[in-house]
Amino acid sequence: MDTQKYALGPLLNEGLSAEDRDLFSDARPVPYEPYPVAVVEKFVNWVRANSLWLLAFGTGCGAVELNPLMTARFDAYRMGVQMRPTPRQSSVFIIGGYASVKTLKRIIRSYEQMQGPKFVVCLGICPINGGMYWDSYNTVNKFDEYLPVDLYITGCMPRPEVLMAGVLELKKKIMEGRADGANRYVENFDWYKANQKRVIKDWNMPDYNW
Amino acid sequence: MANPIELLQRFGKNFAISEIHEQKADLTFFKVPKEQAVRLLRELRDDAGYTHLAFLTNIDWIEKGIFTLTYMLHNYDARHSLGMHVDLERDNAEMQSIHGLWAQAATYQRELREMYGIRFPGSPRLDEDFCLEGWDQIPPMRKEFDTAAFSLERFYSREGRGTEDPREHMKGLLYPTHTDEPSSGGQ
Amino acid sequence: MFEPNPPVDLSSGKYLKLWQGPQHPGITGNMSLELTTCGDEVVDCKTHVGYLHRGFEKLMERRTFIQNFPIVCRIAVPEPTFNEYLYAAVVEELAGIQSPERAEWIRTLNLELMRLASYLMWLGGIGAAFGQSTVYQWTVTHRDYILDLFEEMTGARVYHMYIVPGGVRGRLPEGFEGRCHEVLNRVEKLLRDVEKVLFNNVVFKARTKGLGHIPREMVDPYGITGPNQRAAGFARDLRKDAPYLVYDQLEFDLITATESDTYARAWVRYQEMHQGIRMLRQCLDRMPKDGPFQARMPNVLHWQVPAGETYAKAECTRGEYGYYLVTDGSEYVRRVHVRGPSYTHAIALMEKLAVGTNIADIAGLMVSLHTYPPEIER
Repeated sequence: MDTQKYALGPLLNEGLSAEDRDLFSDARPVPYEPYPVAVVEKFVNWVRANSLWLLAFGTGCGAVELNPLMTARFDAYRMGVQMRPTPRQSSVFIIGGYASVKTLKRIIRSYEQMQGPKFVVCLGICPINGGMYWDSYNTVNKFDEYLPVDLYITGCMPRPEVLMAGVLELKKKIMEGRADGANRYVENFDWYKANQKRVIKDWNMPDYNW
Repeated sequence: MANPIELLQRFGKNFAISEIHEQKADLTFFKVPKEQAVRLLRELRDDAGYTHLAFLTNIDWIEKGIFTLTYMLHNYDARHSLGMHVDLERDNAEMQSIHGLWAQAATYQRELREMYGIRFPGSPRLDEDFCLEGWDQIPPMRKEFDTAAFSLERFYSREGRGTEDPREHMKGLLYPTHTDEPSSGGQ
Repeated sequence: MFEPNPPVDLSSGKYLKLWQGPQHPGITGNMSLELTTCGDEVVDCKTHVGYLHRGFEKLMERRTFIQNFPIVCRIAVPEPTFNEYLYAAVVEELAGIQSPERAEWIRTLNLELMRLASYLMWLGGIGAAFGQSTVYQWTVTHRDYILDLFEEMTGARVYHMYIVPGGVRGRLPEGFEGRCHEVLNRVEKLLRDVEKVLFNNVVFKARTKGLGHIPREMVDPYGITGPNQRAAGFARDLRKDAPYLVYDQLEFDLITATESDTYARAWVRYQEMHQGIRMLRQCLDRMPKDGPFQARMPNVLHWQVPAGETYAKAECTRGEYGYYLVTDGSEYVRRVHVRGPSYTHAIALMEKLAVGTNIADIAGLMVSLHTYPPEIER
């Protein structure tokens, strides 16, 4: 694990103009501290695992299988999963396949706006190593260099059954307290930011979108 | 409705039409010089019934040093398509805009501007980003741009990596005893 | 003819800039509309695309002809088979390969099933956009039964990779016809229900009639094709005008309307679903039951297609879908251009139609044009 600490002073927000810089927070995100009593933390994790709200943002082709997943045939509602239209209410970000550079910028923005606890699930093979588009000039190949990933669901395209299995797996991980992607993001914040800025050339948003 | 070859010969009195090639019964290709192209498009649309612009695209002939624009027109009544080629110089390519003839041409021209760097003076929103954002290389569809090399260079670095690597993770799962050092036992 | 929308003075304080998408549930896929609004009314609209750009045309230039076949279907996500067919059609034409008759019938069956599945999803979309989420639940579920058929036929639900240059990848499984008829009956029953629930619904009627009217004279200058064009009163359909595959042997009616608003477009598509079911039944009954399903192919590892160029097009659910292929005699494609119908509908047309509508109707208007962003930016 990288030992870079997060307490490194305020964010610079260099992508913003001088008057816009006043409008945005320059504080760094802080990691989540578990409850001191293990039983309480375990209970809280159980609660978190049973109300997963997905962000309705179809970032790639994987989004097409979310429709059958959420409708009467497969009906993922019975697992405590539902779609939410805004990042502020959601806790699970499903990356639906490849992320083009233009979408990656919006993904980062939406992810940072989500409130904790938050988890990232990647669908398909493209976020793992580029998949079919490994040589494309516009899609990122290893998604976990830009955002921490809690769970991969592979396949092209993953079937709704696999998505349901993935949801159950994510629940298991949360209950065991292993879905710590958001903490990894905060702890390695500068590394992630450097990677993001390396591919997104016109960075015109704050360094952390509160 | 005249036969397309006759039609092109009729237009050939006023335009330098060359390389007529009948690909199939409902598709004919031909070439005109750059200066006459837009005038011919207008006449084909207004006088010959080729009212539908299916697409506008470009072929990069890097070894000849030219770009070949292709305008695909369709005549709904005659059920016939015409593919019009226009050659441009590859360096500093510039072409007259046809957004006044077909509204969707503005989008095609924006795409060609971004993907090949062809300029269409006067075309609306021409210099705005279309698909790419913050692109800092040569236009990507040009043949000299190597997308695989670019992808390897930009999207595959691993410096400073401290988090879980899927490959290492899978290696650990599948081969728990695997080490990179050669084993001393030599099994 | 391009006529820009009248300019607005943003500093006057009268207008508000509103971004709809890319993260928005009402948008059809990953794209965004930059709306300028005055109160509830939209006064200017700009479409922004490119969020799904993968550079297909570039990727295809550095793959061999057979390597291209698995990636083309990924260009239009909810409707991949049209890409497979058109890619096969242009390559076959330039390479001089004739696919056997049985393959042509299976291809037609495949394309029509895809059309039905895609329309079902669209019908759910238009229902959901106007507050009829029940229709969405029904149709997406019934679409899934069709995907089951696809799985049986091709082995995959979404990306089939079934129509290869030279034919199709396999024969139909045992008893497929019976199961297909069963699903068609089920879908037909659903459509009757949808007609009662959606098309006779007073809210749906009130909101869609008159919304997004496309004048007749706008159709050609804006390159409008498909059901959007037929709803404006043009009896043009590539399946009739330039029959490909076996469409000249199938009986079906051309559906047109004259009102050219959102309701008319929905109604045209709804009727076309019935025609699609009719065609599918004919396909299943009249299809040759044996014979080869693949033509003799050259060794695809060293496959060089002679130099040439061609353009093939097909009527997909949204309009004219076309592939323009240029080869130079090598093992690689020189240039492929994919002509997606959404390209014109979602940008030039949408920017025009959005002006004067309400913010609440934008999502419905967008769905009524039936656009898929992945085929715009490719």
